Amino acid sequence: MGYTKDQLLARLKELQIDFVCYDHPAVLTVEAQAKYVGHLGGALSKNLLLKDKKHRYYVVSALANTNIDLKVLSQRLGLGKGGLRMAAEEALQEILQVPLGCVTPLALINDSARDVSLLLDQGFKSQQSCYFHPLTNEVTLSISASSLDKFLISIGRQPSYVDLEANPAVGKDNPPDLASLAPSGVPTLPDKVENAVTCIPTGNDGLTVKKPTKLAAISASSLDKFLISIGRQPSYVDLEANPAVGKDNPPDLASLAPSGVPTLPDKVENAVTCIPTGNDGLTVKKPTKLAGEAKSPAALQKEKLQKVQSSIDPLAEATNIEKLVKEIMDKTSTAFLNEVAEITKNLNDPQIVPSVSDVVKRRVSSDLEHMMMSLKNAAYTQGFQAGFQATLRSSLQSLSMQK
Amino acid sequence: MAEEPKNGDAVGSGVGGREADEEQVVNPWEVTAKDGGKIDYDKLIEKFGCQRLEEPLVRRVERLTGRPAHVFLRRGVFFAHRYLQDAFKVPLVIQLTDDEKCMWKNLTVEESKRLARENAKDIIACGFDITRTFIFSDFNYVGSAFYENMVKVAKCVTFNKVVGIFGFTNEDHIGKISFPPVQAVPSFPSSFPHLFSGKDNLRCLIPCAIDQDPYFRMTRDVAPRIGYQKPALIESSFFPALQGETGKMSASDPNSAIYVTDSSKDIKNKVNRYAFSGGQDSIENHRKYGANLEVDIPVKYLGFFLEDDVELDHIRKEYGAGRMLTGEVKKRLIEVLSELVERHQRARAAVTDEMVDAFMAVRPLPHMFS
Repeated sequence: MGYTKDQLLARLKELQIDFVCYDHPAVLTVEAQAKYVGHLGGALSKNLLLKDKKHRYYVVSALANTNIDLKVLSQRLGLGKGGLRMAAEEALQEILQVPLGCVTPLALINDSARDVSLLLDQGFKSQQSCYFHPLTNEVTLSISASSLDKFLISIGRQPSYVDLEANPAVGKDNPPDLASLAPSGVPTLPDKVENAVTCIPTGNDGLTVKKPTKLAAISASSLDKFLISIGRQPSYVDLEANPAVGKDNPPDLASLAPSGVPTLPDKVENAVTCIPTGNDGLTVKKPTKLAGEAKSPAALQKEKLQKVQSSIDPLAEATNIEKLVKEIMDKTSTAFLNEVAEITKNLNDPQIVPSVSDVVKRRVSSDLEHMMMSLKNAAYTQGFQAGFQATLRSSLQSLSMQK
Repeated sequence: MAEEPKNGDAVGSGVGGREADEEQVVNPWEVTAKDGGKIDYDKLIEKFGCQRLEEPLVRRVERLTGRPAHVFLRRGVFFAHRYLQDAFKVPLVIQLTDDEKCMWKNLTVEESKRLARENAKDIIACGFDITRTFIFSDFNYVGSAFYENMVKVAKCVTFNKVVGIFGFTNEDHIGKISFPPVQAVPSFPSSFPHLFSGKDNLRCLIPCAIDQDPYFRMTRDVAPRIGYQKPALIESSFFPALQGETGKMSASDPNSAIYVTDSSKDIKNKVNRYAFSGGQDSIENHRKYGANLEVDIPVKYLGFFLEDDVELDHIRKEYGAGRMLTGEVKKRLIEVLSELVERHQRARAAVTDEMVDAFMAVRPLPHMFS
């Protein structure tokens, strides 16, 4: 499902981005748009959705009066002459999820556009406000270039401003200067990300490529952090190694082959150079028994999955008493309801059943919450003690070693 | 909760002595109604300059927290710290004024500290969340940043002022006179650098009984002068004694209150024999006129402790109309109280000294706002 204008605007508000909206009848061209908002002082934009021979897509967003030569652009992107075409109308719907005449950089908020490359006219940067369609032809959004950047960064994009009118020579000694902006297809996991920019502008041609959009420069540990956040264990391997594989030497990277069943990180064993990065929040620490009561396997399993899936703070999620109680109560209540429903199927009053469940919930919830809080506090205390002892020991040890 | 009131007749002893006998006395160390009558809250509210907890405020709390208000807030009677902690997802800091008890009740330092720890256990048993709660006792914690704030506050309050607010006299020892800043500075985040370092603009909400108001009026007066935010207060009315509003709840009279250490037998006995009833003297009269809900203690207690609004309303209606008898109401109260006390005792048993140490450890609370 594509984002609606309202969802987009809500997101901008969340990001505390200033913008102004102008409503007008639907417009399909810049000229038509200019009739309604052209006098307001902001910079109109023309936006193209382009496609190359490898079926990769580009949104080029420029000031209305910037000259765009598709042939030049094509060469600069390393696609050869004539490698760029206007995309078909269907692509607008499928990829950007916007109607005809509504191409806009803001459409990149849609997941369907994740592989689309974005080129922005550097001329936007000198404008106070720029006009784009916020996913509909009936509105013009006025926003500054820096706010646009803020938005783009929030959806995981690096804004790349380019002098769209430049026409540098491209040849053997001058590699295509915008080649890095071409989509790379499947995102690759390099084993060590050192210098991700494969071609750097040589300086004197007025190009201002700010940052490459697809192969971002990022440290290995930052990449790890990102991977962990999406529930992955980064596995660093020597890709050039060629160990013997045979009867006595099992395939050393076998554990890295997908197993079909989603792996919970605490099951990832020992690949050759697999680095566990200490994401303790994902290991199941919580005791599995309440004093005198056992949690149902279903509740435990749900807990585990909850911990693996949540990227916010697993410990906080797992110790959210209210949530846990609600889950247990819901399960109990459902089971109870089903039982009672079976029994009272023949009785006259089907109303009793839900209200009985409510009463039970109310009565038990409060006690249950209390007990669970007791448990949580006790567990914390034990952990606290253990931590204190551990620190004390290591301090004493290092102290005695100093002597 | 109401402080244990001293003998109200003592005028010259310095505490509350400046009040004439005819007026009611409400300060941190004494609570007496006028002429052995009821506490007049309207007068108190006017005198202290606070406002009643009205519907609009309760609605606002509900809107901001996205959940129904606690029974106590709903019934405009009381507040609930734990509810506030859970609903607003904020940290809670609890101060145990063991130094105050040592000074005013003339206990030894060791005894005060021991009692403070026992108090802490009862508090913890109420179900506070250790990841969002910091408990401290004055004897243990006063020092460094906390003490710096104490001095800042002390510099802003003259001797005359403190006499005016608290009624100290020349005969009171200097410990008492210099105590008020200790109770004032927990209102300021900078007093707890291990919790709120860098967050100087945090606002503080203090739930307390209305007799503690003088401390915080002083604090609110001083705060802007030392560049701090004023704390907000939410104050409760007093819990009536078992024998009725005019009685005094006192530690020396075990029948004036239900204790958390009471057995269910004790509770049954106390309620049946001592709870002041608003019912009529004979069943016929009772059926005719109904009960006087204004003075009836069991129904008032149910107002504090019975969580089910529907049931409470039903009881009030039926009892007020005379269809329900005092015995039934008392019976229900005994049930509710027994359950509550039992739950508390169970939870209390699970609170170890290590747990108290953990609650009282000077440690960061990384999830205190989540």
